[in-house]
Amino acid sequence: MRETTSILPLRFEGVGFSVGGQDLVRDLDLTVERGHTTVLLGPNGAGKSILLRLAHGLLAPSRGRIDWAAGEGETTGRRRHAMVFQKPVMLRRSAHDNLTHALAAAGVGWRARRAKTAETLERFRLAHLAGRPARLLSGGEQQRLAIARAWALDPELLFLDEPTSQLDPAATRTIEEMLTGLTAEGRTLMMASHDLGQARRLATRIVFMNRGRIVETGPAAVFFARPRTEEAVHFLDGELI
Amino acid sequence: MIRIDRRTFVAAAAALVMASGAALAQTAAPAGGRSITVASTTSTRDSGLFDHILPLFSKKTGIEVKVVAQGTGQALDTGRRGDADVLFVHAKPAEEKFVAEGFSKARKPVMYNDFVLIGPKSDPAGIRGTTDIAAALRAIQAKQAPFVSRGDRSGTHQAELALWKKAGVDMATAKGAWYREIGQGMGAALNISSSMGAYVLADRGTWISFKNRSDLDIAVEGDKALFNQYGIMLVNPDKFAHVKAADGQAFIDWVVGPEGQKAIADYKIGGQQLFFPNANDAGA
Amino acid sequence: MATDFASALAAAFGLIVGLDPAFLGVVALSLQVTLSALAIAAVIGLPLGALLGISRFPGRTVLVVVVNALMGLPPVVAGLLIFLLLSRSGPLGAFGLLFTPGAMVVAQTVLILPIVVALTRQVIEDLWSEYGDHLRSIDLVGARAVPTLLWDGRFSLTTALLAGFGRASAEVGAVLIVGGNIAGHTRTMTTAIALETSKGDLPLALGLGITLVGLTLAINAAAFMAGRIGARFAG
Repeated sequence: MRETTSILPLRFEGVGFSVGGQDLVRDLDLTVERGHTTVLLGPNGAGKSILLRLAHGLLAPSRGRIDWAAGEGETTGRRRHAMVFQKPVMLRRSAHDNLTHALAAAGVGWRARRAKTAETLERFRLAHLAGRPARLLSGGEQQRLAIARAWALDPELLFLDEPTSQLDPAATRTIEEMLTGLTAEGRTLMMASHDLGQARRLATRIVFMNRGRIVETGPAAVFFARPRTEEAVHFLDGELI
Repeated sequence: MIRIDRRTFVAAAAALVMASGAALAQTAAPAGGRSITVASTTSTRDSGLFDHILPLFSKKTGIEVKVVAQGTGQALDTGRRGDADVLFVHAKPAEEKFVAEGFSKARKPVMYNDFVLIGPKSDPAGIRGTTDIAAALRAIQAKQAPFVSRGDRSGTHQAELALWKKAGVDMATAKGAWYREIGQGMGAALNISSSMGAYVLADRGTWISFKNRSDLDIAVEGDKALFNQYGIMLVNPDKFAHVKAADGQAFIDWVVGPEGQKAIADYKIGGQQLFFPNANDAGA
Repeated sequence: MATDFASALAAAFGLIVGLDPAFLGVVALSLQVTLSALAIAAVIGLPLGALLGISRFPGRTVLVVVVNALMGLPPVVAGLLIFLLLSRSGPLGAFGLLFTPGAMVVAQTVLILPIVVALTRQVIEDLWSEYGDHLRSIDLVGARAVPTLLWDGRFSLTTALLAGFGRASAEVGAVLIVGGNIAGHTRTMTTAIALETSKGDLPLALGLGITLVGLTLAINAAAFMAGRIGARFAG
């Protein structure tokens, strides 16, 4: 990872997002600290994806402020955070070219691009698939490539929107191993999930959402051991889906 | 497996663009050769006359002649807009008006051919073999036999209208379902007449070289009133500076001179002479 | 009728096998004019259509409807407008383009540009709904997204270009007006067909027509095969 001023912590202050006068999320207050793996938990429609999209800049807040500590966009004009989507977006190109495309978009020069692509393919055990059309890879391979593509851009913070919800258990395990590897490198992760087991395995912090609001935040261990709100208790009991 | 590499693709696209650029460039500077644009009539082109005489002129002078074949009315308009160097048409009053308006300095007679009245062999108007065009037209109108009119302001159309007038038929009131104005060229008019068994006025040249005759044949010919005079004019270079006056004049001089006149007289289809040079007949 | 078709086929065969230089000139000019118009329309229309597909602005819907409607612009109307523009008495008369191949290229470009723009917009809009999240995530927005979208949509866009090619090569009204159908200079396959029809030489006209259809078929087949093979590779 680059040794530069950190863009973290990331702060949400009173953030709301509405479409056609209807609030999809509101009153979001949140701080994302460096080095943590934050898992957004909550039933469908809780607003997890919207929060991630607001943080990544794909949506603009209707109200409130989203602040980065430093550096973001000010020096390079480029994001230092990346995002992986629930359904991987694969360009109609080979796995190799999907990587070079993202690097080219980030302004990486031709020679560096080649080296970085080779390194990334190796790092994510994709080298044997390099020449294959990305859209013909299996679901697990596609998501691995999507994470690899995000990693190649060297993000300090990586957003993941339910990256394993469409994968079988084996592929899910592979992805989780990779994510653990990313935290070991010192990267900060922020991931939406409704898989409680996954949250237990990966999260250091939990943000629990319901109906467009943040209901409860705290260290993962504390959340799972002693949820403070009734909604969280219901959710952990599997009654709130 | 064919793999279209991005570089190949870009190269192909670039080649295409360059090819189109070349097409445009070729347009702008016509390969260094001299050329003039002549607006003429469909009858002269469709009869094949130009294919016969133009190579003779080009061979002698090195000037390429580009013929835009239109109805006489449209050809005169093309001249009025300055889009041609020379007009070669057949509607004397309209040509004299063109000169009077200052769009040309002089009109010269070139040649004449004649019109023939074409009709189905069944001859519903009972006029076949007569040489009196006025009587024939009156018979067609009286029997309401189908008649196809060019209806396109061409020289042939104007000649047809003049013939109706001479025959004492007032087209404003006589028009009916039997009289079809098609607004198209000579060939199209013959095609339509052939398919519906109608009478039609045609110039002899187009008729002789026309191939889709089916049941049509000449009904009336030989009347003096059917003669069709062609004239040639240089578009006035004082009005349009880009007019190629020297080369255009060279073409006119050749056409009305002995070589051109002989070439016109020599043009025959099936042994028949189509056009009769008369550049020396000052009143024509 | 049967003899008409037989002689038309014979005429077509004679044209192709005989390699008559005048006929080859007509074919070459037709291809040159149409491909030039297609290249220009592609260079302008592909990026424009892509931008229209991914941008949102007031009046966009109106613009989309207008472009779609222009796909049906009657060639004769387009020809007349170009004629008035390029005529020596018109605003662009000084270029002396009327009755030249260049004028025909201009007319055909005007005719097929709306097709290329409209079909490109449709293709790119669909592709953007799939790619948008990722491309925005890596800061490829607006004009910066266009190269990626055009490249990845290339096989679908081939259809847009073929539609443009088809319209241009089949068109007669506009090129007849602005080109003048001058033998050896602005005579294309379609204007030659119109001419032979007016001369009553229906077998030759039909023979030319068969040749034109065959040519169009060959080009479409080639593009289709290339697209199929390429698309299989790109997934």
